[in-house]
Amino acid sequence: MYENPDGVKIGLEVHVQLNKLKTKVFCGCATDYHNDPPNSHVCPVCLGLPGALPVINKKAVEAAIKVGLALNCKIEEHTQFYRKNYYYPDLPKGFQITQYDFPISSWGYVMIEGEDGEHRVGITRAHMEEDPGRLVHEGTIDKSKYTLIDYNRSGMALLEVVSEPDLRSPKEARRYLDKLRNILEYLDVFDGNLEGALRVDANISIMGGQRAEIKNISSHKGAERALLYEIVRQKNVLRRGGVVVLETRHFDEAREITLSMRSKEEAHDYRYFPEPDLVPLKISGWAPAIKETLPELPDARRMRFVEQYGITDDHAKALTSELKLAIFYEDVAKKVDPKTAAVWICDVLKGELNYRDLTIDAFKREHMLSVLELLSGKKITEDGAVDIIRTLLDKGGSPEEIVKEKGLVIVEGDIVSTAAEEAIKENPQAVADYKAGKEKALNSLVGAVMKKTKGRADARAAREVLLGKLG
Amino acid sequence: MAGINELRERIHSGSSEEIVAEYLEKIESSKLNAFITIARENAIACAREIDSKGHDGALAGIPVAIKDNISTKGIPTTCASKILTGYIPPYDAHVIERLKDAGAIIIGKTNMDEFAMGTSTETSFYGATKNPWDLERVPGGSSGGSAAAVAGGEVPLSLGSDTGGSVRCPASFCGVVGLKPTYGVISRYGLISYANSLEQIGPFATNVRDVTALFDVIAGYDARDSTSIKKEANYSSALKNDVRGLKIGVPGEYFGEGTDETVEKAVWDAIHTLEDLGASWKEVTMPHTKYALAAYYIIAMSEASSNLARFDGMRYGLRTEDSDWHTTFSQVRAAGFGDEVKRRILLGTYALSAGYHDKYYLKALKVRTLIKRDFERAFSDVDVLITPTMPYPAFKLGEKIGDPLSLYLADVDTVPINLAGVPSVSVPCGFSGRLPIGMQIIGKHFDEATILRTAYTFEENTDFHTQRPEGF
Repeated sequence: MYENPDGVKIGLEVHVQLNKLKTKVFCGCATDYHNDPPNSHVCPVCLGLPGALPVINKKAVEAAIKVGLALNCKIEEHTQFYRKNYYYPDLPKGFQITQYDFPISSWGYVMIEGEDGEHRVGITRAHMEEDPGRLVHEGTIDKSKYTLIDYNRSGMALLEVVSEPDLRSPKEARRYLDKLRNILEYLDVFDGNLEGALRVDANISIMGGQRAEIKNISSHKGAERALLYEIVRQKNVLRRGGVVVLETRHFDEAREITLSMRSKEEAHDYRYFPEPDLVPLKISGWAPAIKETLPELPDARRMRFVEQYGITDDHAKALTSELKLAIFYEDVAKKVDPKTAAVWICDVLKGELNYRDLTIDAFKREHMLSVLELLSGKKITEDGAVDIIRTLLDKGGSPEEIVKEKGLVIVEGDIVSTAAEEAIKENPQAVADYKAGKEKALNSLVGAVMKKTKGRADARAAREVLLGKLG
Repeated sequence: MAGINELRERIHSGSSEEIVAEYLEKIESSKLNAFITIARENAIACAREIDSKGHDGALAGIPVAIKDNISTKGIPTTCASKILTGYIPPYDAHVIERLKDAGAIIIGKTNMDEFAMGTSTETSFYGATKNPWDLERVPGGSSGGSAAAVAGGEVPLSLGSDTGGSVRCPASFCGVVGLKPTYGVISRYGLISYANSLEQIGPFATNVRDVTALFDVIAGYDARDSTSIKKEANYSSALKNDVRGLKIGVPGEYFGEGTDETVEKAVWDAIHTLEDLGASWKEVTMPHTKYALAAYYIIAMSEASSNLARFDGMRYGLRTEDSDWHTTFSQVRAAGFGDEVKRRILLGTYALSAGYHDKYYLKALKVRTLIKRDFERAFSDVDVLITPTMPYPAFKLGEKIGDPLSLYLADVDTVPINLAGVPSVSVPCGFSGRLPIGMQIIGKHFDEATILRTAYTFEENTDFHTQRPEGF
C-alpha cells in the first residue's frame, strides 16, 4: 500500500495530435507538413479566412472513438462541437473549435504500474478539438522583437485526454503518459515521434491544498521533472507558513522550473457556445463497428506473450511497451526458441539500442534471427553474439560477414584440447592449487584457454576438457 | 426593365459585352451608391469570353451584382467595413462558383450595412445607399445595395444575404422581389458570417420568374457547408398562375401597433386579390411573436461577437501601427469597426459571458424553439402565411440611425422567419404615395415552390412590379 506522504494529487490533460490521419480535422489539407516550408499546408478553412466553414473529418471522429473505446470510456450518443473564444495570434478565427458539453467519450480508465502495483487512473473525458498554429519567437518569448506564425499545424485533429487526479507521484504521471502513448500507438492513430505530437498540462496539489496548473510540457520526462519541481516548491511554500494559490504556471524546459503565468482570478471567460457551423453528430451507431476493429492492446498482448511463449511477465511487459518492439519480437519468436529470443531482445538488444539512442527500427529482424540461430547451433559464443549485435549497430554488415571478418566461429576439439594441454603445462601453480581442492583455480585455467583461443572457445566446453585432462 | 428572357435574346442577337457595358455605364453614372466595387475589367473580360466561346448556362452572359459579404476570388470583398481594407479573397463562395458555371457575369460588389448589421445600409463604411424611389430615403438593409441596384435598373439580378430580414426589407423598400430561402438550401460557404445559425443567401430581381431562375442556379447541396441540405429541386418548373385551393394564414401579431395604415391596407388588398383568384384565408395566432425580436438580437449578436473575432489584422485587412499583440489587435479593431458593429460585438460578448449566458443566450434559444413551434402549429392548418414585410415604407436617411432601438424594432416582421428557418419571399403589393410596399409570403420548410407560386400568381394578376421609379 502506497502511503503518499505528501498527499500528492496529479491530474493530467494530454493533448494528442491524431497525426496519422491523412487530412486535418475540418478541412482537406494534408497532415504531412513536418518537412515542408511554413504555411504551405493551409487553405481558407484552416486559415480562418472570412466565409470559410469547417466540415468534420469523419476519420478523425472514428479515431477519437477508437481511443475512447481503448480507454474504456463511454461513447456519447450525440456529440457536439463548441466554440472556445479567446484572442491569440496562433488562433486564426479568434476561437477554437472544441468540445464542452457532450464530449465524444467520457468516464474511462487506464491501468498503470503504480507505486504499489497495478493502479487504476480514471479518465474524465477525451474530447476532440483543433490544433492552433505554431508561434515561432525570435530568441526567447519575453525578449523577442517579433513572432512568426506557421499555420501548417492549424486545424490538426487533437484529442484532449483528461484524467482524474488519481496520480500520486511524478513517477506515476510518467508511467501514465508512457501507457497512454503506448495505447495510442497500438491504435495506429498517433506517431509520437513527430514534433508537437503530444503536449501535457498538469494539475497538481499537495496535502489537500489548492492546485497549480502547469502548462507547456512537451515530453514524458519533462512532465516528471516539472512535477518533481512543483512538489518541492509547494512544500517550501507550506514550510514557510504560506498558502499554495490556484494559478497557472509555465514549465521552463531548459531550466526545469515552473514560473507563475497568471492567477485563476484573472482567468479567461471563454464564452463557450455550440458551434453553429457544425451540426451535432449522432455517433451512437458508430461505436460497435469500431469496437470490432480495435487491435489487441498492450495489456492483452502482454498476457498473451506470457501464455503463448512462456516468457516472464517482465519480459512480456518490456516487449509490449512499444508496438514495434512487440511486432519485432513476435516475428523472431515464431522461428527460434521464444524464451531465448525474449532474453536476447530485452536484455541485450534493447540495452544496446538505448545506449545508442536508437529505436528498434535500427535493427533488422533477419539479423536477430541469424544471431540467435548461430548461437543455438553453437557456431558462436554468447560474447561473440554481443559483439555481432554491437558491430551491426555501429558499422552495419551482416552477422555472417562479421563472424567471418572477426573470426568469431567457435573453436572445438583438437584446438581446445591443445590449448588445454598448454594451459596445464604453463600454469603448474594453478594445477597444484586445483588439485589441493581450490575449485576457483580452475577458473584461471579456463581463462588461459580462452586467451589462447582468442575467446572463440565456449567457456563451458573448455572447462569440461580441462576437467577431463586434470583427471 | 429587361428580364432574363429579354436579355438572353439580346445576347443571342447581339453580345453579352454590349449589355454588360450598358449596365456598367449606368452603375458608373449612378447617384445611388449601390456599389462598393465595380468589377469592370473582370466583367468585360468574362462577357467577351462568353461571346467568343458561347455558353449554354442558364445565365450565360447576364450580369449579376453580389452583396459585398460574399467571397469573390480576385475581387475585393469588404463587408462594407474599414477592417477589410485591402482584402482580396483567394477563393469563390459556393454561390459564385454556381453563377460562373451558369455563365453569369459578376459585375460588381454591392453596398450593405457593415457586416450586414443594419436595416438601412447606413452603417456602411462606404456611405449610405439611396433609394431610387426617393433619393432622400434609405433602400432598406442590410442588402440595400443589391436591392437598389436592381430597382434602379443598374443590374437585372443580384444576391443579398438575409439574417433577420436583410433581403426582404430592402426588397420591400425598393419595390423588387427578394427571397430568403429555407435555412440550408443555399450553401453558406463563402458568405462572411454575421449570425451563422440564422442567415441565408437570397436572390433579388424585378419579378418572381427571374428571382426563381437565379434561385435555381444557386440552390443545392455543398459538402463544404455542414448545414447544407441534400435536396434537388427545380423551382422554376413550379411557377404556375394558379392559387386555387391555397390556404392562407394571416397572423394578427404581424399587423400590430406601429404598422402603417397604408401598409396594412395594401397587404389586406393583396390577400383579397389572392382570394379572388381561388385561395382562401383565415386568421392564425402566433403567440410568441412578441419575444422574437429580443431572442433574435441576442442570438445574432452572440454569434456575431465570436464570428468577428477573426478580424485582428494579423493575416489580412486593416493593419495599424505594430505594437505588442494585445495593443495591436485592439487598435486594429478600434479603428476598423464602425459603431453599430462594436455595439453588437459588445452586447453579444455580454450575453455569452459567465453569469449571463443562461439568462440571455440560453433563454433566447428556448424562445427560438417556441417560435418554431408557433410556425409548426400554424402550418398544420395553412399552406402559406401572409404578412407585411416591413411595418412601414422606406424611412428617411438619417431618420433612425441615431436611435438603434427603433431601427431594431423595424425588423419585427422579418426576424421570426429566420429564427424558425422557414422560407419567405417579399413581393411588391402596393404603394404608399410614391413608396413601394412589400408583402411577405412565408412557407413551410423546403416549400419554396408554394410561396414562389403564390407570389408569381399575384404578380401575373397585378401590375405593382411593373412600376419603376422615376428617372430609372
